[in-house]
Amino acid sequence: MSALTGGFTDPAIQSAQGFRILMQAMAHPGTIHDLALAAPPAPLGRAAGTVLLLLADPTTPVHLAAPAPDLAEWLRFHAGCPLSDAETATLALGRWSDLQPLDRFPVGLPDYPDRSATLIVELDRLENDGPRLTGPGIKDHARLSLPETAAFRANHARAPMGLDFILTCGDQLACLPRSTIVEDC
Amino acid sequence: MSAPPDPRRDWLSLMARSAPERLAEVLPDLPAHALLRAPETGTVMVQGRVSATGAPFNLGEMTVTRCAIRLDCGTVGHGHVQGRSHAHARRAAVVDALMQTDEAPRLTPLLEGLRTTAQAARDLRAAKAAATRVEFFTLQRGEDA
Amino acid sequence: MYVAVKGGERAIDNAHAWLAEERRGDPDLPLMSVAQIRAQMTLAVNRVMAEGSLYDPDLAALAIRQARGDLIEAVFLIRAYRTTLPRLGASVPLDTGAMAVDRRVSATFKDLPGGQVLGPTFDYTHRLLDFAEAAAVDPAPLAQPDPAPLPHVTQILDRDGLIEPIAPDDSPAPDLTREPLELPACRALRLQALARGDEGFLLSLAYSTQRGYGRTHAFVGELRIGRVAVEMEIPELGFSIEIGEIELTECETVNQFKGSRLEPAQFTRGYGLVPGQSERKAIAMSLVDRALRWQELGEDFTGAPAQDAEFVLSHCDNIQATGFLEHIKLPHYVDFQAELELVRRLRADAHTALQEAAE
Repeated sequence: MSALTGGFTDPAIQSAQGFRILMQAMAHPGTIHDLALAAPPAPLGRAAGTVLLLLADPTTPVHLAAPAPDLAEWLRFHAGCPLSDAETATLALGRWSDLQPLDRFPVGLPDYPDRSATLIVELDRLENDGPRLTGPGIKDHARLSLPETAAFRANHARAPMGLDFILTCGDQLACLPRSTIVEDC
Repeated sequence: MSAPPDPRRDWLSLMARSAPERLAEVLPDLPAHALLRAPETGTVMVQGRVSATGAPFNLGEMTVTRCAIRLDCGTVGHGHVQGRSHAHARRAAVVDALMQTDEAPRLTPLLEGLRTTAQAARDLRAAKAAATRVEFFTLQRGEDA
Repeated sequence: MYVAVKGGERAIDNAHAWLAEERRGDPDLPLMSVAQIRAQMTLAVNRVMAEGSLYDPDLAALAIRQARGDLIEAVFLIRAYRTTLPRLGASVPLDTGAMAVDRRVSATFKDLPGGQVLGPTFDYTHRLLDFAEAAAVDPAPLAQPDPAPLPHVTQILDRDGLIEPIAPDDSPAPDLTREPLELPACRALRLQALARGDEGFLLSLAYSTQRGYGRTHAFVGELRIGRVAVEMEIPELGFSIEIGEIELTECETVNQFKGSRLEPAQFTRGYGLVPGQSERKAIAMSLVDRALRWQELGEDFTGAPAQDAEFVLSHCDNIQATGFLEHIKLPHYVDFQAELELVRRLRADAHTALQEAAE
């Protein structure tokens, strides 16, 4: 039964509201936002579930990094998205360790850097501390509790190709597009 | 995909193809239900095939409205109908759920009525087409004589 | 260069108010209802659905009224509305062989199985204006339908190996509404572009092939118009259901054959499929489809426009075309100022040079 509940109750309005929050988060990397318009099956957080409903549709292959039958069923009803392997995914969801190795995901082509995957990373904590972020959309610098820095630096170095990240924890999210420069501090 | 598990497929298809007003006429009152997916209008990309039988290609979209509901007894119903009528999709979903309960015998004759209406419209068109059926003759040409 | 322009809000509002008044026309006349347009301007509605690439007769009729009968403007309204709708999925590929036909004719076989059915056609009308057309018409005559199936004519040729075979293929269809068009484009992608392309453009291109610019010697093997059920797989159900029924026009052409010492001669195919009753476009589409296939059929590129995929696919969409064409009437003051400056300078330079030469 849980597969059929927990979706948007007013899809047109909630999609627009949620998308705006996500866009703000992507435009200002490292800022933390509340986004909890959908209730996916446990243990997935509401922010990650909402992001999936905002971005996934029947033309968006989604890769689930760890088996999650309840979530798969939920997505099938509420998003209608196909589930895929990492190599053909446009969206991927999982914990940082489950998403490894990252080189499985499409990073786009020089002519079409947009044909790359966006990774939704579920974290145990999401705070404005830790590695230092600079780059487009960030005034001076920001800090974000990233699981590591090397992978994000390597990703940035591929510009204009690369992956984009949406980091989620419970009802909150922050974004880390490929344009952001990540440094240890 | 798996073989069609009619009769559910059958009644769902009938709901989609019935005129919204006609369906509302036949089933004016709906039992209490909860919306699992509020009626939502979107598009479905209609596919044809290259030279009728080859690779699929995208012909263009059509409007479709869908809805999912749950009756108080817990039975879930899905409605997918052509066009933009929210009431139609909702009614189709309720019928889908009811047809899975012991209400089915009461509804079956009503659905038969819808089927008869749809079939009559189709037959009428076929009869008009049949009246324009033509036999062409080739006339013998002078030089062949 | 694009530079934003400000101002004129009041004039724009007033222009819109006047547009609304002109659209309504004489207030003593009743407002045309959407249902009337849908029922009596059906072929205009069909054209707007086909080129708007959205099958919804009520929306198309509404768009025609709002556009004051400008069909390209109506197509524009439909395309804009379409972008506000979520895509719920794709249908199972249509089975046009199961069409409930209103019309079915063949120019190649007079005695085809299932027979020829003229349907509600303009052919054989005298094209005389009917000044006395009555509001009420007699019902059309009826006859007993033949329940026999109506095989595609090309199947008959195919059975004898006389036409190029079409291999079964379930590769996913590329979608130019999701991915920008890239060349070379496969046949499935070309057909999508043609199906939503401008009827007038396709008509002229098809005509050009008949006049020798990429000639393909087309016969209309079969033209059929009728209704086909649309099926879709519903993920939460795990099976497919009919979600509705649409009217279609399908044209299959039988074209010039190819063959060699090793390969026996075979006819080739062109294909047209258009939503609604739109046979001029379906025939044109199948001629252009065939002309675009020169490469895969080992023919020469003769430089004909209809053979040039880039030319055809980049220019067949009337919304792209009219968008780019009509935008040049909008303010370009800054661009023009730059050009004006340049011309003045060139003239001044030339003048100075002339004077210097004279001295």
